[in-house]
Amino acid sequence: MSQAATELIRISGHAGVVPGKGLNREFQVCKLVDTTTCIGCKACEVACLEWNGYTFSETTFDNTYQTMPETAWNYWNLIKFNEHERADGTMMLLMRKDQCMHCADPGCLAACPADAAIVQYANGIVDFQEANCIGCGYCMTGCPFNIPKFDPPSRKVFKCTLCNDRVSVGLEPACIKACPTGCLHFGTKSEMKELAETRAEQLRTNSGFQDAGVYDPAGVGGTHVIYVLHDAKNPELYGGLPKDPTIPLSVRLWKGPLKWIGNFGIIFGAVGVFIHYLRFGPKVVKEDEQESHGGTQ
Amino acid sequence: MSSEPYLLPNGRVLRYSFRERLVHWLAGVSYVYLLLTGLAFWSPWLFWIAVILGGPTISRELHPWFGLVFVVGVSLMYSMWHRQMKETPADKAWWASIGHYIRNEDDQIPSADRFNPGQKLLFWGFFWNGILLLLSGLILWLPQHISWNLRFLRLAAVFVHPVCALATIALFIIHVYMGTAMERGAFGSVIRGDVSRAWANHHHHTWYEQLLRNSAERK
Repeated sequence: MSQAATELIRISGHAGVVPGKGLNREFQVCKLVDTTTCIGCKACEVACLEWNGYTFSETTFDNTYQTMPETAWNYWNLIKFNEHERADGTMMLLMRKDQCMHCADPGCLAACPADAAIVQYANGIVDFQEANCIGCGYCMTGCPFNIPKFDPPSRKVFKCTLCNDRVSVGLEPACIKACPTGCLHFGTKSEMKELAETRAEQLRTNSGFQDAGVYDPAGVGGTHVIYVLHDAKNPELYGGLPKDPTIPLSVRLWKGPLKWIGNFGIIFGAVGVFIHYLRFGPKVVKEDEQESHGGTQ
Repeated sequence: MSSEPYLLPNGRVLRYSFRERLVHWLAGVSYVYLLLTGLAFWSPWLFWIAVILGGPTISRELHPWFGLVFVVGVSLMYSMWHRQMKETPADKAWWASIGHYIRNEDDQIPSADRFNPGQKLLFWGFFWNGILLLLSGLILWLPQHISWNLRFLRLAAVFVHPVCALATIALFIIHVYMGTAMERGAFGSVIRGDVSRAWANHHHHTWYEQLLRNSAERK
């Protein structure tokens, strides 16, 4: 990495320690969404559109504050609203900023058949390279979070890039920059995890949310977007956040055992008929063969 | 069998009519395109096939349309042949002697009708897998129209489609091998349509006998 060229390990004629020796830089980035301090202002939605050059889309009113039912190919960041009635009869307005989770084990990438249409960077960002996308939509099936969306005119699939273009030049993602309450944070994965755990502990001890916790699902190897939830035992309440997301079984079977069985079968079949020909040769009918069948019937 | 003259005046036997040959190649050519583009999407090591066939985007675009052509071909085959492809009690004895068939010990095999049980297996294999490929293929064609609630359909389709495709590949390998290298005269029958009397008698004795009886009755 570029840091390797600036990190010293030996210095001639130098007294004392080598400054910065053994420094380990963490490359893994992470976005932290604290749903408990989100006010649903949608500044992140607008910032996302502005930075990525999309115009505001038609909204769908469904008796909530939500802009539209789900993210769209040109609307990558959506706050999901849920009016949740708790057991004691009190009401909570749950708001969760929905976007690509940037899984460590991305189902979209596993399902994609197109060479280099989806890449995963060392910092954890999973990014679509639309120039290589063939528009098959397998990523939409592989994703456990319903994030990749198809654009019919261009026949390509789009999703949140975690502002890879900003992050790669040292800026924070556009949504983070726009957040007025500080419910969005951006930093290294370990820092964000620590901050999230601290906040969850705060919620448990000071605010009476016994089940408060951090959402960083292990089923997809952890994610590069993590949530603090008041009720981490029921993530579904937050606009259908899956409880235990994984790469779907059928995708794993298809890309795993089936691939090996299929490849072996095809090669075995092709080689098999060739060997059959070498061993037994063709069935040749003698043209002067008697007009009676030599068979058993 | 119709009243079509199967026993040709030149001493040969009409094995496949023009219509049958046309339908066979409608399905055959579309299947080969589906196979090649499908293999390109199946494995990154075969993605180059899509590149030489006009690019992966075009391959993804055309694969479903060729799929529909293939379905038309298979449907026409069904309407032409499904009666002759019916399993009969005699098929069991044929399968019991499959070892002799494989070892080319043809005198040990029960005589076959117009289609032998192996050909019937090929037909029904392509027919049933074709139906599953069509259903799963329609889902894979337009995944954006399958809502998140019906996601299980997409998940089933990505698995069912390659499984059925592999089943047809197994049949296809055997079919192409037997139709070209192994059964001399078979390839000509699906190109020009005719076979020699000895060929008909040797490979499809029951059918040939029937042809002879029919023509005797007509006289």
